[in-house]
Amino acid sequence: MSEKLIEPEFPGAEAMDAPKPASKAETGLNIVVCIKQVPDSAQIRVHPVTNTIMRQGVPTIINPYDLFALEEAMRLRDEFGGAVTVLTMGPPMAEDALRRALGLGADKAVLITDRRFAGSDTLATSFALASALDKIGEVRPVDIVFTGKQTIDGDTAQVGPGIARRMGLNQLTYVSAIDALDCERGEITVRRRSEGGVQVLRSKLPCLITMLEDTNELRRGTLQDMLRAARAPVTIWSAEDAGIEDALKCGLRGSPTVVKRVFAPSPRAEKAEMVAVEGKTPAQTADAMLDLLFAKAPKLEADLTARFT
Amino acid sequence: MADAPQKPAPQQPVGGRAAMQMQLAEKFKNYKHVWVFVEIERGRVHPVSWELMGEGRKLADDLGVDLCAVVLGPRNDDTKRAIRETYHYGADVCYICEDPLLAEYRNEPFTRALTDLVNRHQPEILLLGATPLGRDLAGSVATVLQTGLTADATELKIADDKSLAATRPTFGGTLLCTIHTLNHRPQMATVRPRVMAMPEPDSKRSGRMVWHSLRMQEADIVTKVLEFVSDAQVEKANLAYADIVVAGGMGLQNAANLKHVQRLAEVLGAEWGVSRPLVQKGWAPAERQIGQTGNTIRPKLYIAAGISGAIQHRVGVEGADLIIAINTDPDATIFDFAHLGVVADALAVLPALTDAFARRLSGRALAS
Repeated sequence: MSEKLIEPEFPGAEAMDAPKPASKAETGLNIVVCIKQVPDSAQIRVHPVTNTIMRQGVPTIINPYDLFALEEAMRLRDEFGGAVTVLTMGPPMAEDALRRALGLGADKAVLITDRRFAGSDTLATSFALASALDKIGEVRPVDIVFTGKQTIDGDTAQVGPGIARRMGLNQLTYVSAIDALDCERGEITVRRRSEGGVQVLRSKLPCLITMLEDTNELRRGTLQDMLRAARAPVTIWSAEDAGIEDALKCGLRGSPTVVKRVFAPSPRAEKAEMVAVEGKTPAQTADAMLDLLFAKAPKLEADLTARFT
Repeated sequence: MADAPQKPAPQQPVGGRAAMQMQLAEKFKNYKHVWVFVEIERGRVHPVSWELMGEGRKLADDLGVDLCAVVLGPRNDDTKRAIRETYHYGADVCYICEDPLLAEYRNEPFTRALTDLVNRHQPEILLLGATPLGRDLAGSVATVLQTGLTADATELKIADDKSLAATRPTFGGTLLCTIHTLNHRPQMATVRPRVMAMPEPDSKRSGRMVWHSLRMQEADIVTKVLEFVSDAQVEKANLAYADIVVAGGMGLQNAANLKHVQRLAEVLGAEWGVSRPLVQKGWAPAERQIGQTGNTIRPKLYIAAGISGAIQHRVGVEGADLIIAINTDPDATIFDFAHLGVVADALAVLPALTDAFARRLSGRALAS
């Protein structure tokens, strides 16, 4: 469907000249979902003395936001045909996350792992992932790249736009629904969350979609998928395998941001004033709370009273 | 996916880079002044832009440089008003690109306009709101410019070496980290709405205008806006701007107990919210989430029931004038930043508190 991009009414798109797919009818959509293995944040603990993260024994999960992207990708595949590849960058153990995605119904999995990726910030991460996506696209051009809205450990929402810009994909962030996909014309219509409302956008493939949370219901993998996932080969690429020639763009060296300090915040100089609760009923505790509250903030009582009437 | 900073990475601890010194390349040495991108959606300036102007003013004064606003929009009265207001909120210079293609936000023309302006006028710092628009745009612009971008900064300072020190929560909000973009310019950061205080406008202030032309045509832009469905038609939480907020956390034990939070909020005419785990468990919709990745709030009164107070929650509520915390755990970190604390079961105290407020406020109302 990428050949449609060279239609005369969109001259700006000519820069993105992806090779023609062999045959749409035979091959269907080529979708890649970028996922990340993250620590289950609910269980992260900080060492009380050294203030360092205690990673030992913290279970890992697929970034929850990525699951909405994966489900949407599989929904499109089921409707229009094609294949869903999951892609991640991380340490060798990130293979677990890919296997879990295969178990949920993804078709193929690619892990890019290399010591040279260590310490990547968002710019270096989008470089590595875009390189891997280009490599995947050599076999057959990628039609849609999906990512979650953001990760729960980094929370930046920057890698998706970074990939889109590097690859010249049409960037569709915070998508709450895909209304229509016309594979023949290479056109896609989506709903994008924006401030104070929803934009209905029509764009073209290839595109990058970051999927909003709570937008679909993740399927349970079939038994067949589970069995396949356990045996399925995960493609593992080093930086070189992923076609990266310039290692200076990877990892710490490719990261313009520098973390100078990691620290726990200091408590406020003044600790909370504690309401005495011993021997009190909840009602008495509540009254004591209001007495202290209004003593601290007399103006608030007037404000609240005014609201109440 | 999106992520990072993923440092410190296991193989290369932060220590090695933390000591890094600024060695600015010759081409970046002329980069000067602090810029704030003014976000206009459907004719309305997002308040986060003025909050950033207040913060940008301090940074510019520290550096002894100008504060500059960037206004992109169609040529109309809304844009004109926005330009005037940039000076009221502290701008010395306003960079303006007026073009009908900028009437509604789309990534392509906005990225083009902003990157062209940066390349031409070379600011050292560029700040944007961490809104759907600002994040969409910042990620693109930083990638085109190949520079560093810190998401969701909660504190911005000028360091001794004159670089921007942007502090943000990290590791899912369990710690804070300070990030510098040492050797690239501009240094970019996004800040969430309500994290910075709204400055007082000064309607007597005025400044210089610099015009820029977009040099794009509609045919150059792939993505078309077919329609805008306004939220005004549906009821939405307005937590960020609420004067009083009541929120519940895991101490509520189950989704049904959220009613105690809602009931107290109703009596106080307040908005209600939840901490992150409740959204992750599906007990409440994401728009009700309070904390770094949800809503940042600055109410006059915040009542947190059964919330332990992880850093990602703390940075979202620290702007509150008065925080009351109810938690069974006397060591809960929320007592480190609350003003008034109660060690008790939120499920018992919330209904009692609702009654006490109702009694007392109605009594006062009748008496007055």
